[in-house]
Amino acid sequence: MIGTNRSRDDHAAPLIVADSITVAYGTDPVISDVNLTIEPGDLIGIVGPSGSGKSTLLKALLGGIQPRAGTVTRRKSLTVGFVPQVEKIDWNFPVTVAECIGMARASGWRTPWISKAERVEITDVLDRLGLQGLGSRHIRDLSGGQQQRVFLARALFTGAEVIFLDEPTSGLDVRTRHEVLHLLGDLNSEGVTIVLSTHDLNGIATHLPTIVCLNKRVIGAGAPEDVLVPEVLEQTYGSPMQILEHGGMRVVVDGGPDSSVLPFRRASGDGVGS
Amino acid sequence: MNWGDLTEPYAFEFFRNGVYVATMAGALCGLVGCYVVLRNMSYIGHGLSHAIFGGYAVAALLGVNLFLGAGLWGVLTALVIGAIVRRRPIGSDAAIGLVTTASFALGIALVARYPNNGRNSDALLFGNILGVRSSDVWIVGVVGIVAVAFVLMAYRPLLFTTFDEEVAKATGVRTTALDTMLMVILSATVLATMNVMGVTLIAATLVVPAVVARMLTDSFAKMLVIATVLGAVSGFAGMNLSYHHDLPSGSTIVLVGTAFFLVAYLGGGRLRRRAGTVAHAH
Repeated sequence: MIGTNRSRDDHAAPLIVADSITVAYGTDPVISDVNLTIEPGDLIGIVGPSGSGKSTLLKALLGGIQPRAGTVTRRKSLTVGFVPQVEKIDWNFPVTVAECIGMARASGWRTPWISKAERVEITDVLDRLGLQGLGSRHIRDLSGGQQQRVFLARALFTGAEVIFLDEPTSGLDVRTRHEVLHLLGDLNSEGVTIVLSTHDLNGIATHLPTIVCLNKRVIGAGAPEDVLVPEVLEQTYGSPMQILEHGGMRVVVDGGPDSSVLPFRRASGDGVGS
Repeated sequence: MNWGDLTEPYAFEFFRNGVYVATMAGALCGLVGCYVVLRNMSYIGHGLSHAIFGGYAVAALLGVNLFLGAGLWGVLTALVIGAIVRRRPIGSDAAIGLVTTASFALGIALVARYPNNGRNSDALLFGNILGVRSSDVWIVGVVGIVAVAFVLMAYRPLLFTTFDEEVAKATGVRTTALDTMLMVILSATVLATMNVMGVTLIAATLVVPAVVARMLTDSFAKMLVIATVLGAVSGFAGMNLSYHHDLPSGSTIVLVGTAFFLVAYLGGGRLRRRAGTVAHAH
């Protein structure tokens, strides 16, 4: 239902199709009747408030949890990668950057140690993500942006065709957030399909080609200019929101017409002055 | 003390067997303990050994092979704990506390009610090196080989599962199978080690080498190697010291490990900082 008009190759089969899926841990469904198609080359942001089922939808698409109703169909032998929230990582765990990346190639018969050929691959991935020479560092001894990129490197190292990121920018400062966003854009233009969840409308969602607004069900999906409208946002977030047009970008603001947009723009470092 | 004094106990077969078992068991517990500590399940070794005590009593009562009966009991206990934890909302610490103490209590009750069954319960509780037979050497050896083979063959998926189980599971790693296998090996380790260490001290041989190794390195592979070596050295040195100073084997081995910990802990600011993070992990 989305992404068809944006995929690079309209003839290619979709990578993942979720067909009216409902997922529940206990009795109440976390998400219900969700339809979503991920095509090769997509860059999709799943947007919604806390508890709206974003992470659950990601895991259902990955195959980590089985839907109670509906089906998720993944293209045969599709490799997927998952970048967890930075807050969910045990940063005291004894792994170096190279060990962290190497462990993800976990299927089939593998040597315990990282082979010479793999070491070259890891060096390439680290270079590609701007993490040169950090392979033997402990994961805690990195900056926030570097930590995020290590887990992206891990997904790339497995040869993932689709990379899922759960709240990739939470806990990062504005500059690092922009770096991560640019990196994701670059990877996407190199052919990696990317699906991320975020609650950050202005920092992330408005910059993406495709947005899915989720609150237990899909409220709206499509390009930001079609989806970021007051009705969809109010249904998604449960409170009235305004959309302002600024320098060709859409800016979403909380509350009534008196709210000022300026604090947002200052905070995002775009240099909009008084 | 001269060389002759040091080698004197090696004339006795029981002592040689004891040294073999203590050294191999130390290495085995050091290796397996890394996974136990990093999964925040340090208490499980303690709990399992108590549970297996109950298994011994039940096996003795039923007249089945003690090792096999207690082994099955231990594996069953570990699996029940795993199942309770997966179901939520009960945490692993509470699940371990519940299942293993119930099993221990059952063991005590059975030993009291049918006192003539099976082995000397004091030896099981506190460890007795005089009770080590050459069959015990073989058992520890076989369990050790199986554990090393498992760690080598499943190294990456096991590390992935230990580090972030959710992501491993989401990207196709068979985490439940790995967890189950680790529990089986842990049970076998506790069972094979119980004669030397005793129920009450096994937890220390699992936890201490892994904690000291964590303080000395930030690399997982190095941590496994250091913990295995430290466990073996503690077992070997502890056995020898226990003979010369007429001390119980289990507690001497644990005290040697504790001495390593103190050296590492007091070894400098860098190490002390890490000690804080390890302690926090519990």
